[in-house]
Amino acid sequence: MHGPPPPVFGMNIGRVLGVWVAALFALWSLAPFLWQVQTSLRPDEYLARLPPLLPPRPTLAHYRAVLADPTFLRLVVNSLGVGAATTLASLLAGGFAAFALAQLPARGKGLVLGLTLSVSMLPAVALLAPLFLLVRALGLRDSWAALVLTHTTFTLPLTLWTLTHFFKEIPRELFHAARVDGLSAWQTFWSIHLPLSKGGIAACAILNFIFSWNEFLMALTFTTTDASRTVPVGVALFQGLHETPFGDIAAASVLVCLPVILLACLFQRGIVAGLTQGAVKG
Amino acid sequence: MRRSTATLWLGPALLLIAATAVFPIVVTFWMSLHRRFPIFGVNEYVGLANYVHLAQNPRFLRSAAVTLSFTLVSVAVEFALGLACALALRRDFRGHRWILAVLLIPWIVPTTVSARIWEWIYNGNFGLLNYLLLRLGVIAEPVVWTADVRLVLPAAMLAEIWKTTPFMTLLLLAGLKSIPQPLYRAAAVDGAGAWTTFLHVTWPQLKPMALVALLFRSLDSIRVFDVVYVLTGGGPAGSTETLSVFAYKKLFQSLEFGYGSAVGIAVLLLSAAVSALFLLCMGRLRPSSA
Repeated sequence: MHGPPPPVFGMNIGRVLGVWVAALFALWSLAPFLWQVQTSLRPDEYLARLPPLLPPRPTLAHYRAVLADPTFLRLVVNSLGVGAATTLASLLAGGFAAFALAQLPARGKGLVLGLTLSVSMLPAVALLAPLFLLVRALGLRDSWAALVLTHTTFTLPLTLWTLTHFFKEIPRELFHAARVDGLSAWQTFWSIHLPLSKGGIAACAILNFIFSWNEFLMALTFTTTDASRTVPVGVALFQGLHETPFGDIAAASVLVCLPVILLACLFQRGIVAGLTQGAVKG
Repeated sequence: MRRSTATLWLGPALLLIAATAVFPIVVTFWMSLHRRFPIFGVNEYVGLANYVHLAQNPRFLRSAAVTLSFTLVSVAVEFALGLACALALRRDFRGHRWILAVLLIPWIVPTTVSARIWEWIYNGNFGLLNYLLLRLGVIAEPVVWTADVRLVLPAAMLAEIWKTTPFMTLLLLAGLKSIPQPLYRAAAVDGAGAWTTFLHVTWPQLKPMALVALLFRSLDSIRVFDVVYVLTGGGPAGSTETLSVFAYKKLFQSLEFGYGSAVGIAVLLLSAAVSALFLLCMGRLRPSSA
């Protein structure tokens, strides 16, 4: 697609250097995480000892302890539920809006896109108190709904921008032909626009889920018990390391990273495209 | 599509944004003009008194300084690292895909988890950092990184840099890949060396994307909360208390909704000022890059 990349530092030296620098960055990115992995495998008697660098007798005891803990499982279920609902809500609301924006005349469109873009730049802390009062007034404290509502606000802009871009690529003739064939706008949306934008939808879905899975400030503010507390809050509220076995925290944190790391490996291209698209087009 | 139908399609999104973003901002500003303690039932209009008090509050001024230096240093280092990494990744090689996936890991793990990872690495007694530095002879005795007021802010910055450099890398990489190839061929024909080519082809072409990446990261960094709150809680002695952490404590620990809202508005104004600055730079670029 881009043709052969140009020489940067002269042919071969540049190529070799590039590979080494990239590998070095990969190592730097991976090392702290791997350190956490080995911590999670350390038997208790080696946790408070360094050296040895690697545990001589790795154990899965911490993983067993964490997986047998109903609180941990409850937090994971909460995070999965909130993440899935946020993704769905943001795709629906964002998809509907993008459908209208892709067909609207330029003036009103710019206004809506500009508004959503500025929303994505708002510091959450400037919204927190009124949102807290709103959540309480609606009787949603300590519920999934409170988190879905507030997370969707922050995932909506990216979804709306990306899907508008994808919908605009769909030829207008296709839309008009469908209308002539008697399909309503509603049917066109479901049978033409959504299926033709699978790539964009997948990228948005992954990024929305990751945002929600990782979000901390609002989850901390709106939850009070394990009924709705999410994984990041659980990880943050673990007792300090002198009271709590750090091996369990390490095992838990490795476990909660697995879903998103799996997503990163499987859908790496979609994630990169989704992340950069907004920036390139905007 | 008729306007009335368009409104229907836009409805859910606009309603959500109105209810959970626009309306709250207005309310936050309104509350910032009040002395408001919900638990005592206190709520009186005080005008700009909260802001006047903020301007004289050393704790606020320090947290503003912490936030600004945190942002300046982290974003600058991330940019340098991200650019180096993006330049290294612009050509395809075997394993390119895997390296990209690995680079995504820090950015993709929950920030509270990465804060825990670094907390353990910084541990004074059995942390990896002390172990390595002792072995290399850089330090003579173990350092408690998160308890030393001079070291704790750089330690938090490092955790932030580790986490967010991938984002910078990806945006810059996308920018590099969109540079038209003929420009490089022309530069090669003119006999331009690597540095000259970078300076006169790559950098001017990359600039718009670089500004976007810097803007996104600066705005993110100005509102930084998670990494600091989990790693240090803002301490020791407030030495890592950023504006967002300060606002959160005022709002939900001392329940001063008016005063905390004023701090929230201050973060908002700072973000707006930084955005305006960047938009100004981008506007000046427009004629040459459009």
